[in-house]
Amino acid sequence: MRDIAEVMEELKAAPYTEREVCAPHTGVIRFADVKEGDRVSGFTGTWKEIPGTHIATITREKNPRKVLASERGVLQKLYRELDGSFVEAGTPLGVIRHYLTRQEVVSKLLKESLYAFCAPERAKYYFVPDVDKKVKILGCRTVSIHDGMELFIVSRMKREVPLCYSGPAGIIYDVYFDQTKNVDSGSPLIVVCPPEQQSAVEDVVARVQSEWNEGE
Amino acid sequence: MMEWEKQLHQLADRLCYLKDIFPGKHEEDIALLETRLNDTRRKLETCSAEEAQAEMTSLEDLFFFMECKLEDKLTPMDKVRIVRHPHRICLRDILENVYDNYTEIGGQGEHTNDPAMVIARAYITRKRHGKVYHQPVLVMGHEKGHGEEFRNGGSAKPWGNAKAKHYMGVAETEGIPIHAYVFTPGGYPLEDYPGAAQQIARNIYEMAGLTVPLIAVFSEGGSGGAEAISLADKRLMFSHGYYSVISPEGAAAIEGHLRGGARASADLVERCARDLHLTAEDNLKFGYIDKIIQEPVLGARPYHYEFFRTIRQEVIRATDEVVLSARGLAPLRAATLRRFRDRELNLDEFSVRWDLSRKARQRLVEMRQNKFIKASHRECQNRRSIMGRLGDAWSEQWWEIYNRLIYDFYHRNRRTFSNLLEEIGSEWEMLKLRAMKPWNRLHGKTEEPAGNTEELTTLSEWEEDNHSGWAWVSPKAREDRAVSCPYSAQRGCMDMWAPDLYNEFAGVCSSCGHHFPMEYQWIMNNCFDANSLYEFNTEVEAGNPLHFPGFDEKIAEAKRKTGLKSGCITFEARLDGVQVVVAILVGSFRGGSVGVAEGSKFVAAADRARRKRYPFIVYCHGTAGIRIQEGTHGVIQMPRCTVAVRRYIESGGLYLVLYDTKSYGGPVASFLGCAFYQFAIRSSDIGFAGPGVIKNTTGIDIPPDHHNCYKALSRGHIQGVWDRRDVRANLRQALETMGGRNLYYR
Repeated sequence: MRDIAEVMEELKAAPYTEREVCAPHTGVIRFADVKEGDRVSGFTGTWKEIPGTHIATITREKNPRKVLASERGVLQKLYRELDGSFVEAGTPLGVIRHYLTRQEVVSKLLKESLYAFCAPERAKYYFVPDVDKKVKILGCRTVSIHDGMELFIVSRMKREVPLCYSGPAGIIYDVYFDQTKNVDSGSPLIVVCPPEQQSAVEDVVARVQSEWNEGE
Repeated sequence: MMEWEKQLHQLADRLCYLKDIFPGKHEEDIALLETRLNDTRRKLETCSAEEAQAEMTSLEDLFFFMECKLEDKLTPMDKVRIVRHPHRICLRDILENVYDNYTEIGGQGEHTNDPAMVIARAYITRKRHGKVYHQPVLVMGHEKGHGEEFRNGGSAKPWGNAKAKHYMGVAETEGIPIHAYVFTPGGYPLEDYPGAAQQIARNIYEMAGLTVPLIAVFSEGGSGGAEAISLADKRLMFSHGYYSVISPEGAAAIEGHLRGGARASADLVERCARDLHLTAEDNLKFGYIDKIIQEPVLGARPYHYEFFRTIRQEVIRATDEVVLSARGLAPLRAATLRRFRDRELNLDEFSVRWDLSRKARQRLVEMRQNKFIKASHRECQNRRSIMGRLGDAWSEQWWEIYNRLIYDFYHRNRRTFSNLLEEIGSEWEMLKLRAMKPWNRLHGKTEEPAGNTEELTTLSEWEEDNHSGWAWVSPKAREDRAVSCPYSAQRGCMDMWAPDLYNEFAGVCSSCGHHFPMEYQWIMNNCFDANSLYEFNTEVEAGNPLHFPGFDEKIAEAKRKTGLKSGCITFEARLDGVQVVVAILVGSFRGGSVGVAEGSKFVAAADRARRKRYPFIVYCHGTAGIRIQEGTHGVIQMPRCTVAVRRYIESGGLYLVLYDTKSYGGPVASFLGCAFYQFAIRSSDIGFAGPGVIKNTTGIDIPPDHHNCYKALSRGHIQGVWDRRDVRANLRQALETMGGRNLYYR
């Protein structure tokens, strides 16, 4: 867990991620009709079935294959000088700068500054009765937890076993499960925040939600 | 003023109706009516009662005159708009006004599994010699419900069609006739169990052998959805209805090469509606309906009570005719039928029993099957010479006699025959041995031990398997290039060299097993015994029976490109020595679409397999559906071919379907989908409508693998997924383990 202010400063300094578009294998490169500064999109659609923007075509052994943008952003660099030349696998062909959205910034902030406790197996999860009562009446942020505390009941096909929390001590910042639905193994159940950072986290998240200027 | 208000309101409704069915057309006439209506409305506020009466009469006369004038100018697309209009009569209006009493049994209103399919038990009251008879009937059909949203426009979902099939069985058990009313723009393209295509196919198959009279009445007959309940003994059609393979808008989208839900221009839609020949007159001319029921001017609406009486008379007449044509002695049947064709006869005052004996039921089914088998026969272009046809007819008769002798006579008494022959053979051997004994003794001839001495005393060598390659190799294998698997990004497949992929690997990705599409010749030449193929009906050619503009060139181009005359190849072949009849739907010939030629070849192949008692295998290399440019000539192939399949299966044959690449539409929803044994080659797609059509009609986004064969397997549509390299072995296995009672090769 890192200090949220520090993470925020980093994000402000570089409110984007940059990803290189590389040649998937050896071959002769022909760039498509794109130029630096163009907006590109990655795979979209409910099932990511709509391909991204066509950036180049790489041909090896008379087998032309499209190189597509993998995420949404702006084409920051395009190494046009490689057009028509033979390149090795992994040769950078361009750079896509992806500007972070509010949602992505909040997600990154929480990921870096809070601790996520994940489900060990696919099952339904409940808080133990005492905690459940407190969460329902006063909200989750009033519940302090510590390592080894019996916090959950795991319910799977009528088999119920207790589950102890393991991780740093703190308060439950948010709850990510619904008692009526199964949670997949590895999905976060709760995120935990050190008590002294709670107000700072709330403040930063609120500011991001209202003030963050999305780059695109 | 108040007393005229209702009449004015009705005229205003009629005006709105005119505007709806003639959008942007006959504007002057409609404007005249509107002006006169407004003028009259103003005048009525001030004038006397006599003047008002005269004004109203004159206005009504003008409306009627204009409607009659516009009726004469109706185009096919206008009729489509009439049929789709929410004021059009619907099934519930018919139940209320045509039948004397009814109870809805397939659910009530929206409380049913599919409100677009309504089922009811009803009765018709008739008199004979002063005595009243209630004649029960099962009424089913699509319900559009005057625009009720939950009715889904009369587009039945797969479970709605399943409900219809269930109640067909009920009617058969109870021995009552079925009246089916077709009010559908098409089947709802959902693949969820039981699957749109699969269920329509099951319905058609069921109706092909249903032993009760079935009368279908068409108002809106949209392709597969309509076929699901309309394989009937008599098909009646409302004069303003349409019966078509595809909606005019759908045809326009295909003709205009429009993609992604782009809308076609009104002119193109109008032209397509005309070219599809979808009106009642056209379908009567083609012979796909038996009679037209004349509607009031500009189409029937719920207040046309006289029209309901006409429907009642016509459905009673049709049911009586069907029953009488199947019942009793032939000469008496003809005489009674002649009496019934008298138009003046009030059928309410004349009762005919609608129950049938077992024999009459069989005759009824046979007549229905013959009717559909013969449908579109005239449209088939068969270039075979007269002598050739005579030869075929003779050959058919010969096979009939031969098979009766061999299978019905010899095989039944085989044990007796074989015992007799064995005994005669033993006696003959004994006699020969005795007769030759002195001669053998004289020459000191001794009997040689069985087998070659050298063979028995030396070590045998390992037999080299020379069959490392395939008998037929795709021309794509001659290209010196690499090919990427479409799943290489997800599954990490390496590129393959085309000569390897298309030759040794049989078009299968060596890493993930994805099957690349291959030519139809691959299965044709690699799965059956070498030099065992004998193609028949090669002279049947695909044509342009509707003279669809520009289609002659397209079909000629398809013939030139593929070297085939139609999209269906039928041949006899051997599979490990077992004789089979095979039909291939070729995906590269106009997308594997099925028209009159393909249907005729398919029916002939099924008939040949039936006569010769051979298994019948259909390899669907790919099909996009029914050929839309052939209109109802194409769509009639659905029931026609299914009847042929049912006849074949019921005569004891094994019908087996193998799908490859992409198979959609009418063929899957009829003669392919009705097979008890259906298999698919890996990576093939099977379904009713393609992803684009599903998105456009239902607004539902579907996952990219929605039509994948494994999904079809999970839904229970097909029985297995095969590797292309194992098709021969799996077919052999299928011949061994599946099938009907007449599989004499076992």
